Amino acid sequence: MTSTDYERRPSVAPETPGLAERLNRLWETAPGLYGWLATVDHKEIGIRYIITAFAFLILGGIEALIFRLQLSWSNLHLLTPEQYDQLFTVHGMTMIFLYAGPVLSGFSNYLWPLLLGARDMALPRLNALSYWIYLCAGIVLYSGFAIGFGPNVGWFNYVPLAARAYNDGPNIDIYALGMILLGISTTVGSINFVVTFLRMRCPGMSINRVPILAWGTLTASAANIFAIPAVSLAFLLLWMDRNVGTHFFDVAAGGSALLWQHLFWMFGHPWVYAIVLPAMGMVSDGLPVFCRRPLVGYSVVALATVATMVLGFGVWVHHMFATGLPGVSLSFFSAASIIIALPSAVGVFAWLATIWTGRPIFTTPFLFFASFILLFTIGGVSGYMTGSVPVDWQLTDTYFVVAHLHYVLIGINVFPVVGATYFWFPKFTGRMMDERLGRWNFWTMFVGFNLGFFPMHISGLLGMPRRIYTYGDNMGWDWINLITTVGSFLFGLGVLLFVWNVAKSLRAGVVAGDNPWDAPTLEWATSSPPPPYNFAVIPTVASRHPLWEDRLARVGTEKSVIGRGLVLEQGREALGTTPLDAQPNVILKMPGDTLVPLCLALAMSVLTIGLALVNWFVVAAGVVLIAAAILAWLWPSASLGETAEVDRDG
Amino acid sequence: MPHARLAILGFAPTTFLSIGATAAYAAPLQFLTGAGDKATPVVWLTWGVLLVSVVVIVIIAGLLAAAVWRRPTLPWTLGQKAVLLPDEGGLNWLWLGVGLSALVLLISVVWTVKVLADIQAPGSRPSITIEVTGRQWWWQVHYISPDGRGFNTANEIHIPAGEIVRLKLVGGDVIHSFWVPQLAGKMDAIPGLTNETWIEASHPGIYQGQCTEYCGVEHSKMLFRVIAQTPADFHAWQAHQLAEPAQRAITATKGEQAFVDHCGNCHSVRGTAAQGSLGPDLSHLMTRQTIASGVLPNDAHTLAAWIADPQGVKPGNSMPVVNLSADERSDITAYLLALN
Amino acid sequence: MAERLEQRLPVGAMDTRASGWWAMIFTVFTEASLFVYLLFSYYYLAVQPHAPGTFPEGGPPPLGIAAINTAILLISSVAVGWAQLGIERNNRWRLVAGLGTGALLGMIFLVIQWFEWGDRPFGLSSTPYSSLYFVITGFHMAHVAVGVLMLLALTWWSKLGYFNNRRFAHIHIGALYWHFVDAVWIAVFFTFYITPLLGLKA
Repeated sequence: MTSTDYERRPSVAPETPGLAERLNRLWETAPGLYGWLATVDHKEIGIRYIITAFAFLILGGIEALIFRLQLSWSNLHLLTPEQYDQLFTVHGMTMIFLYAGPVLSGFSNYLWPLLLGARDMALPRLNALSYWIYLCAGIVLYSGFAIGFGPNVGWFNYVPLAARAYNDGPNIDIYALGMILLGISTTVGSINFVVTFLRMRCPGMSINRVPILAWGTLTASAANIFAIPAVSLAFLLLWMDRNVGTHFFDVAAGGSALLWQHLFWMFGHPWVYAIVLPAMGMVSDGLPVFCRRPLVGYSVVALATVATMVLGFGVWVHHMFATGLPGVSLSFFSAASIIIALPSAVGVFAWLATIWTGRPIFTTPFLFFASFILLFTIGGVSGYMTGSVPVDWQLTDTYFVVAHLHYVLIGINVFPVVGATYFWFPKFTGRMMDERLGRWNFWTMFVGFNLGFFPMHISGLLGMPRRIYTYGDNMGWDWINLITTVGSFLFGLGVLLFVWNVAKSLRAGVVAGDNPWDAPTLEWATSSPPPPYNFAVIPTVASRHPLWEDRLARVGTEKSVIGRGLVLEQGREALGTTPLDAQPNVILKMPGDTLVPLCLALAMSVLTIGLALVNWFVVAAGVVLIAAAILAWLWPSASLGETAEVDRDG
Repeated sequence: MPHARLAILGFAPTTFLSIGATAAYAAPLQFLTGAGDKATPVVWLTWGVLLVSVVVIVIIAGLLAAAVWRRPTLPWTLGQKAVLLPDEGGLNWLWLGVGLSALVLLISVVWTVKVLADIQAPGSRPSITIEVTGRQWWWQVHYISPDGRGFNTANEIHIPAGEIVRLKLVGGDVIHSFWVPQLAGKMDAIPGLTNETWIEASHPGIYQGQCTEYCGVEHSKMLFRVIAQTPADFHAWQAHQLAEPAQRAITATKGEQAFVDHCGNCHSVRGTAAQGSLGPDLSHLMTRQTIASGVLPNDAHTLAAWIADPQGVKPGNSMPVVNLSADERSDITAYLLALN
Repeated sequence: MAERLEQRLPVGAMDTRASGWWAMIFTVFTEASLFVYLLFSYYYLAVQPHAPGTFPEGGPPPLGIAAINTAILLISSVAVGWAQLGIERNNRWRLVAGLGTGALLGMIFLVIQWFEWGDRPFGLSSTPYSSLYFVITGFHMAHVAVGVLMLLALTWWSKLGYFNNRRFAHIHIGALYWHFVDAVWIAVFFTFYITPLLGLKA
């Protein structure tokens, strides 16, 4: 065994059809059902994430439309109180946990390696695992609702209402365990993003040349790594309180009801930023394409992204202003919650300046991205208002907060995501989405959304509490609720137009070509849709806008090189680079198709089901299966370059 | 055409706002006005931050519209390389925008902390302390009079106008939130904790409140009211509540027995064998304006309907449908109607 | 990179350049956060009012056996570190011996901890303190158990000759986890055994 077995100097060459063909054989997913279950291709996984998340968006939307009917006038009886409670809770759970986070994971999964000039994510099997667990967790979380025992105490699940004494059914147990399972999915996904960011950027892509979307997802992922354990723990402690007799939240025995709120919101607030920062990144990258100039203030925007997250860990108490905390603590958290608006202001003014100093092109993605700025501002200022404690004491738990959180989640997540779908659809599928239908889609969604949700600010100021299933006719809320219901159905129609456009364009869209929008970043340098190996040779970049360098005046800098670069073709190989400067550092051996991630996800589901049934035999079976799957996964493999023995076949 | 769009962008929110403003003062739970020492500074602050918010939205909407439409837009052709604008300018927007925002935010913080300090503790000593317990789904109100005698009532909190009233909030089962928007912001009633707050009503009147922390199926029907009276009226009311319910007519006495038998495990009426504590204390029931936690007016008709089918009015509430003969039901109703 | 690459690049899972090593770093971060939240729950509940004598229930737990157990865990970390240095010098015997010793000490820790549990004068459902005690030490024991399984697998693979002085990424990854598990014990030990002596009680 000589050291040459462990080292190599790869050649630098232009890409050739022969090379592309060899790489295709190496990287292609196996055909048929096996390949479908065993694939680790980030593009396939990304698309699955997006489709699953949109399915949940539509489910959550239907739930909302049903209870909007119930609320459209006073004293209606379309739903029983219990039905209403399950619907609003499942709606929140669906949108916040099963749509908003995963849809961004989907986009980032698909786009990251392409944006970064890489062959795949750093940990492709972990990527597959993350998706399968997400799917299993989604099914678990919906299983209770499907049989009439959905979670019914609101998505933040306050104790003691969620404790056994007040909630005897399986509703909360299923919710708690499903959330823990989902947390594992999010955590492993986040670890994958962080490692990919640090290790997989193509040569030359130093951290000041990374697209903002990557900054957004990196920040969100780093936050998840620190925040998710809080909520997983809270749900586990609750499950134990309910099933094995512990007393963490049991007030009668000396536990604390507020411990739940602290643990939940220590996670909850960072999570809110985690489900908007990547979407803001999409706008930061997408909007400039339609202004025909680079983003104004790249560095400041990237820093603001990180700053938002850091501050985001220090404001969880603003969800608890009315719980009777001491004044000093209130003042501190109030100030932090108001000041956190500053990094958001950076974004708003950077986007405005980009449009102002650019030349806008009216396309559907531009409409979504530009309107996002206004919706973000409205969601931002209402957040600023709730940051002020005395005002929050009036606003909290009213429809004002419902308006605020929907402007945040729909304005800063759904609008950019739909815009991003129009923007990257040609890359995903090779076809353009219909522009004319796109206009209809945009205006219906925009008008419907504002008609539906802006009036909620007013019902809030008129004192309408959230989570009530009906109200008296003397409260003065009838008309405003009717308008809200009409708007929400119009918004639903807009989403329907979007789905229709996707379906139509998949079959009959105009063929897009590699770079239909004349966009500057690396994903547009490869074909649409990209080949399984993304790039035949590893590109080298010299700026933030490799595809615009020929037309942007830059003095005395070297040029990015795309069609010529490192050739890695001895098996599935990718280039690992240094974390800050992205200098070549290692040739990574990448895993191929494998069923192990799916098996591990199923084993974890067995454990989850065992705990839900409090059946220790099933629990033990789950643990053994998990151990077996992990052992198989980690078994040192010669072809992955993990053993002293060298795999000479590649 | 651009101007028409601009007008829509600008006027849609304004229209909503003006509709809202007109309806505002009619809604019993609105908090754009207030009625007391505690509410006044909060109302000012609310309007202050609301105004800042509206101005910010209008400015940003205006800038956005101007940025988008200030020049003819460029055409787009599939896959065609476009002329790019240089990567320069625009940073002044950032510094100016963020600088101005910082100034406004800072002022907001100072104002917030000032108001917070003003309303944290009342300006003078409270004249009375009332313990309010949130229960699924009604409010128990407990008074201690100066001579140490106490009494319970429910869902209606009588207070002397112009005086500081200290409230002790207790979560009786799950978390509830006490909110009388015209008088003060919310404070949660949490099991295991006693949260103190205070209210003051500048003039006599009825101020509506509602539970605002989701607390189970009938969270929607957990209303209450604060009834501010002149101090003289208040003390008269208090003295009346302290007294045992008056002697009753023969029919009512028959009802008393039925009440004790069928209702006494959960409800109490002072001076009788009915001493349950799960449901509201019904001594002097007929001095209350509403029943079922602010949901129904308190009269013979609704009372009879409520006794006959409490689950029809508030599905899921803790009061069972008690199996009563028609005679028993009318006796009990008659008895209750005599409790004033 | 447009012309030629100057240096030779290592191929495969190499030392701290392996993606798995980076993944373990962030796994440790998230696991560490989990313990931070667990200990936060302890301190949060500790400062709430309690019935007299229930926090810590039955007075501060005795130090003796726990201190010995702490030493055992620390020595196991040293053994694993010794194995790591061994394989970097291509000494496979040291690798197998070090990892095996680490795993054995881990198991002894678990057994002692099990008896320590049996010695407690309270059960899981007695009070919030007892719930915290069993759940937090239980979480830690679960981590030790996972770590022991890892070390056993690594020992086995080492005996099979999978590793040498160039290929030892698996060893470093597993060892990183083991050192973390030991470090966390210090925080758990300090919280349950030392802070009551320093006067933290409700």
